[in-house]
Amino acid sequence: MSILIDNDTTVIVQGITGKEGAFHTAQMVAYGTRVVAGVTPGKAGESLDGVPIFNTVRDAARATGANASAIFVPPRFAGDAVMEAVEAGIGTVVCLTEGIPTLDMIAVRQYMKGKDVRLIGPNTPGMISPGSCKIGVMAGYIHLPGRVGVVSRSGTLTYEVVDQLTKKGIGQSTCVGIGGDPVTGLSFVDILEMFQHDDGTDAVVIIGEIGGTAEEKAAEYFREHMTKPVVAFIAGMTAPPGRRMGHAGAIVSGGTGTAAQKIDALERAGIAVVKDPARVGETLSGVLSRSSGR
Amino acid sequence: MKIHEFQAKRLLAEYGVPVPRGQIARTDEEALRVARQLGEGPFVLKAQVHAGGRGKAGGIRVVDSIADVARAAWEMLGKTLITAQTGEEGKPVRTLLIEEAVNVGREVYIGIIIDRDKACPVILASAEGGVEIERLARERPDRVITEVVDPSVGFRPFQANRIFYGLGLDGSLARPVMATVIGLYRLFIDKDLSLAEINPLVVTDEGGVVALDAKVVADDNALFRHPDIAGLRDISQEDPLEVEAGKHNLNYIKLKGDVGCMVNGAGLAMATMDLIKLAGAEPANFLDVGGGATSEMVKEAMRILVFDRDVRMIFINIFGGILRCDTLALGVVEAARDLVIDVPIVVRLEGTNVEEGRRILAGSGLSFAVATDLADAAKKVGETARRIGRIGK
Repeated sequence: MSILIDNDTTVIVQGITGKEGAFHTAQMVAYGTRVVAGVTPGKAGESLDGVPIFNTVRDAARATGANASAIFVPPRFAGDAVMEAVEAGIGTVVCLTEGIPTLDMIAVRQYMKGKDVRLIGPNTPGMISPGSCKIGVMAGYIHLPGRVGVVSRSGTLTYEVVDQLTKKGIGQSTCVGIGGDPVTGLSFVDILEMFQHDDGTDAVVIIGEIGGTAEEKAAEYFREHMTKPVVAFIAGMTAPPGRRMGHAGAIVSGGTGTAAQKIDALERAGIAVVKDPARVGETLSGVLSRSSGR
Repeated sequence: MKIHEFQAKRLLAEYGVPVPRGQIARTDEEALRVARQLGEGPFVLKAQVHAGGRGKAGGIRVVDSIADVARAAWEMLGKTLITAQTGEEGKPVRTLLIEEAVNVGREVYIGIIIDRDKACPVILASAEGGVEIERLARERPDRVITEVVDPSVGFRPFQANRIFYGLGLDGSLARPVMATVIGLYRLFIDKDLSLAEINPLVVTDEGGVVALDAKVVADDNALFRHPDIAGLRDISQEDPLEVEAGKHNLNYIKLKGDVGCMVNGAGLAMATMDLIKLAGAEPANFLDVGGGATSEMVKEAMRILVFDRDVRMIFINIFGGILRCDTLALGVVEAARDLVIDVPIVVRLEGTNVEEGRRILAGSGLSFAVATDLADAAKKVGETARRIGRIGK
């Protein structure tokens, strides 16, 4: 079991003929993801690695019945690409593009209101339900099918944590990168809610970082609604204020969004916060054995 | 991207927001010329640096006469201004904004930011001008007026109205205050800003308002469609190593410690800094070489670490994905051969082609401390830091 994506997920790749799109399409297909169509305007009728290409998402969706989309479109066109997927009725949209203007994302969020769509990202490594479906750029082999959910704002730090879990024999139900931008689709709270209701998930790892208040909201949700154990790590204890730490959303401004505030909120809600990034796997392992011993 | 106060005020003026009469000067002669054009005085000289807290640090001077302008300008220009926000290295003062002094009556705050959760712009206002708004919002939320903008219809006149009456100003100021808020919002949207702030907006003796200070931060991701804004960048306000790193698409921020680090991915780079701190040392920088770094970029990254005089050891932490470990190792080995590296290096590699990467490091004839995992890396960083700490002191 998993959240958002599974064996029934069929994927359209928007921007399939670009360098990134083509490379990761091959990787996703090799992992076993059912990539059923690609979209690049002007290239309808062609195909890439056996995947048929269409001019528009609507054409691709009508011809294949795809229910998910992966967007590898350059930043200046990516907001529009998300809207195109939403309009075509795609239920799960994963936008991997980094560098989209914030006002474009605001327009996208506005456009999505009242529509039945779940947006992951942008500026995300994507998501993976190990053993069944991967929509993203993460290396598949570090993952192991299992019962721990992972939700994160970053990329390689997620791989690090997943690797620690896998090496301890702890498999994952689904790993979701919600994205490192200030304005994204699904939030920590949305994903926690899905994990809480997923029969295939026993515990969750949250990987947060400085900037915004998404972790504080996650803490509040945990306190009020969650029964499954959660372990968290927050990156950026040593980040200086006022500087953007790589991700557009990772900035402490006016004393708000610090790692210390987030850790405090999570701990007060009863979440085990790991201070040492090398010990996330170990901590979760302890939490799991304690909860199964109850 | 930050811009200077004088640039922000020019933009505000274009959008109908009144600003004090003033001009910039880069020499004391220019300052004198500007002062003569402005009139008799008194004048305000404001150091143009990308940091707040100028007033307390001597970066803002009020002088009475034209003669005093030249002397104050001479004293301020070419100096390094250290404020609570600059860090101890300070910011160079190359430009002064010289303005006609304004008699300050009441001061209010008006600013626009993005609400991440609601995904919309939010106008913040407060009857207490000159405050740090985030702090006020946290500590005294009742003192902050908040107007959430519905992006489908934009900022509405009724909201400007609510802000004005919330500020409790004299009714005669309705028109200029509302025009100011609306102008600020149009500027924010037109130029893709992430922050636009007038702090304070002051009531003048003549019964109008004027933006005494202004701060504008532009969305880096939107600069491609605003060449006018992109052109306002002032690299003299940035760290030279950061400017150099930017040329090679490296995401680098200089910090105060002495352990240089190179990492792929922003989250892992922050976590690596935290790990260095936990190991009892201090990170010298944040450096994300990015997901798709080439061995050329890795070489440039090594160059930046080595050229940072504060760096006394280097920690390379890579979780290979699209950036393969062998590519990374090749870049590091080449850099080590081309540069004189006289500091110890701890390397931790994991992920794609890790075996090949480790073999390249081992076969290079150079001495690296290779860590097996992150916990081992932390141990090695701590040990090395303690060792060089003893030798160095």
